[in-house]
Amino acid sequence: MKFSSQRVLHRVPVVLPVLMLVLLMFAPFAQAGVFNPKTTTLSNGMQVVLVENHRAPVVTHMVWYKAGAADEIPGTSGIAHFLEHLMFKGTKTIAPGEFSKIVARNGGQDNAFTTWDYTAYFQNIARDRLGMVMEMEADRMQNLQLSDKVVLPERDVIIEERRMRTDNNPSALLGEQMRNALFMQHPYGRPIIGWLHEMQQLTTQDAMDWYKKWYTPNNAILVVAGDITMDELKPMAEKYYGSIPAHDVPKRVRVKEPTQHAPRKVTLTDARVGQPSMSRYYLAPSYNTENADQAPPLEVFSEILGSGTTSRLYKSLVVDQKLATTAGSFYDPVAMDLSTFGFYAVPRDGVQMADLEAALDDEIAKTLKDGITQKELDEARQRLLDSAVFARDSLSGAARTLGEALAVGLTVDQVESWPDRINAVTLDQVNAAARAVLDDKRSVTGWLLRPKGAKGPGMPTAPVTGEMETH
Amino acid sequence: MAFSLKNTSRQFAFGLVALVAIAGFDVGSAKAVEVQEVVSKGGIKAWLIEDHLNPLLTIDFAFKGAGAATDPDGKLGRANMVSGLIDEGAGDMDSQTFRGLMENKSISLAYDAGRDDFTGSLVTLTRERPTAINLLKLSLTSPRFDDEAVERIRSQIVAGLKQEETDPGSMAQRAFFKSVFGEHPYARPVEGTFETVNGLKVADLRDFVKRSLARDNLVIGVAGDISAKELGPLLDEAFGGLPEKSRLPEIPAVTPKFGGDVKVISQDNPQSQAIWGQKGIARKDKDFYAAYVMNYILGGGGFSSRLTEEVREKRGLAYGVYSYLANLDQADFMMGGVATRNDAIGKSLSVIRDEWQKMQKDGITQDELDNAKSYLTGAFPLRFTSLGNLSGMLVGMQTEDLGIDFLDKRNDYVNAVSLQDVNRVASELMDPDHVTAIVVGKPEGKLTF
Repeated sequence: MKFSSQRVLHRVPVVLPVLMLVLLMFAPFAQAGVFNPKTTTLSNGMQVVLVENHRAPVVTHMVWYKAGAADEIPGTSGIAHFLEHLMFKGTKTIAPGEFSKIVARNGGQDNAFTTWDYTAYFQNIARDRLGMVMEMEADRMQNLQLSDKVVLPERDVIIEERRMRTDNNPSALLGEQMRNALFMQHPYGRPIIGWLHEMQQLTTQDAMDWYKKWYTPNNAILVVAGDITMDELKPMAEKYYGSIPAHDVPKRVRVKEPTQHAPRKVTLTDARVGQPSMSRYYLAPSYNTENADQAPPLEVFSEILGSGTTSRLYKSLVVDQKLATTAGSFYDPVAMDLSTFGFYAVPRDGVQMADLEAALDDEIAKTLKDGITQKELDEARQRLLDSAVFARDSLSGAARTLGEALAVGLTVDQVESWPDRINAVTLDQVNAAARAVLDDKRSVTGWLLRPKGAKGPGMPTAPVTGEMETH
Repeated sequence: MAFSLKNTSRQFAFGLVALVAIAGFDVGSAKAVEVQEVVSKGGIKAWLIEDHLNPLLTIDFAFKGAGAATDPDGKLGRANMVSGLIDEGAGDMDSQTFRGLMENKSISLAYDAGRDDFTGSLVTLTRERPTAINLLKLSLTSPRFDDEAVERIRSQIVAGLKQEETDPGSMAQRAFFKSVFGEHPYARPVEGTFETVNGLKVADLRDFVKRSLARDNLVIGVAGDISAKELGPLLDEAFGGLPEKSRLPEIPAVTPKFGGDVKVISQDNPQSQAIWGQKGIARKDKDFYAAYVMNYILGGGGFSSRLTEEVREKRGLAYGVYSYLANLDQADFMMGGVATRNDAIGKSLSVIRDEWQKMQKDGITQDELDNAKSYLTGAFPLRFTSLGNLSGMLVGMQTEDLGIDFLDKRNDYVNAVSLQDVNRVASELMDPDHVTAIVVGKPEGKLTF
């Protein structure tokens, strides 16, 4: 259950640019009773999860809504993320932009993020201010006020966000195209931030419609981690959230992928590409789909094939054959619908992309044909189990792992029993799951290339001058 | 797997970054965090925060003054290349054996080179402590630099250089350092150039290790599941084999040059990315905290900052805009950044310039000061929620010479700042006429700061 920050869109870069580079990566959990959370449900149906951690007198307070970009009505892509921004634009009692300032004045930090499956808001703050942030979060769960005056400038902000994250970055553009090719029918093929032309058309009404549809306590999960007990938390949660009336939310209807019959290939050639690279995505099960029992074996398989510098891929492509500077795999089975299993590789100087891809294919084919070994299985399982201890070290890591799992429809028990499932994985299961999933007909391969004749490495970049250049 | 820990502690791995991050450590009145000074039998000193919540240990360390600024002419990127290779095989273990042991025991060991310092970070389960300490020791005292590993890491560095060559953020940073530091070593890229990286020899790497990694320039921060008594012998085991004295070139002090110009690097992007800088203030200056509070209000405070309010909230010009105080060992400066669509970058820069001028002329209000103090002091305990943060902080406190009682005193420093202090410092420090800006993109119209 690894996650990567690639699919998380934060509302604002963390104050310093250097910190933006520090990816939030969450170690997968492991070992019986991973976080040992306490849970309850409020009278209006809002789920409550607590992870106690008394290292410092602080708490992480998170509210997760079970609505994300994959729930958007076609034509309004980006509205889930846009509303996330607009949740900071005020209520009857809190002026636009004041929410974050109040949190800061109280020594706290706040932010929010959106994915295909959920939208979450959090504050990290001293424990004695928890009631205060709960009151404000509960207020904006029911009293959001929007007008064109605040909505339209913020629409410009999300468009700049798209330019920064995607349009300015050829590698991100290729990733967007590849996902869209991988999911032929499912909305996971839609960018979370939205398609530019649709973002430009989003209105205040679209935002209010989205808010009224999904933002209600019975569609939300409260996750708190830190220096507090359930005896202290429960009455506060009842007081601030328990009093909010619930309303029905629509069933999240997600279309299914049709049978896929042909491998797809996406090539992006851009003068802004300095270093070419390639990747491949396969449709894969998640813990919520058909063949969910393949998920734990696939986690183990990804660990063996492509995690770290002694994995099969790295050893073969990078160390032995010297075709790549780096290579690896990724798989995250936490999703409402289908997940992806993927590979990436960066060619060494002078290596043709086709040769690199052929070598990758050979290594995958060889692994599928001969299978993995018992020793590889034992070592990978141990590494995954160890990661639970690392996961426990961080407040926000625990809160995010649990929040994400619940938001996509998993249970606390499924999180807590993850080590047992990893422990039970057998050699046959790993080999069978890998053979079932790594089917080219359900894949997209992406190449990121420099244009032919572009200046090669080692050539000087555009000169720094005091003049505007016009080419 | 220890991604979260490893990455957190790596915030401290770069010279520049370390200081920025330290400036952000906000010490509060929260539960006391006890910092112990541990000196081993062999005379190795470390600062320790004991924490037995999880069976985990993090050790962060820095070799002061051993960063990329010491790279000889023609051998740029040497410290950086060593940082990539020093954990790629050591003693009688080749790279695959060494890293296989690391990975199978869930031990994370990583090195990094900043402009000023060469840093390292170890994260291990208590169970694997002996193996982890042995790997740490071997990497420091008998790295192998086998041909296979050298060529592989070289290929990774070259790939990184190629990517940076067209990445707007990297392009802007490189041009900025080149512009303001001229002939000083700080002007040069930490990762080197294609030519120098391709020319580096194993003898160069060995020479770096021999001269740079020693006990007299080493500082260590430890956090986690270990007592002071247990730690002593581990320090001797891990670091005792290092030579006593380093032999490092002296890096001259430098005053970065801010001419007040806007330089454009043309790239066909829909958005222009700008960074800018001006003179700064030393970490040890009596006015540092006044400047720090001022910067929080100007552009350091996320959604609470004036720059965010004017550029993003009111006008929707950018997703993010920020400023910060930067301190290197031999130079201090102030920096900022923004990214705006090409036809509006000029507008963004002009709005930012107005804020620069306003801060210089009118300073801040009592209300802003009070809000800044309550944030800066109250957010302190938020830094104490993971071991990687703690050990990294202990290293920063030592490299910056902040004192072992810094965590207790930090809030007093912030609280002592007065309105008069901030306004006086703002009028002296803020210098809208001498800001150097670099813009990467296809900006429309004439740009000025």
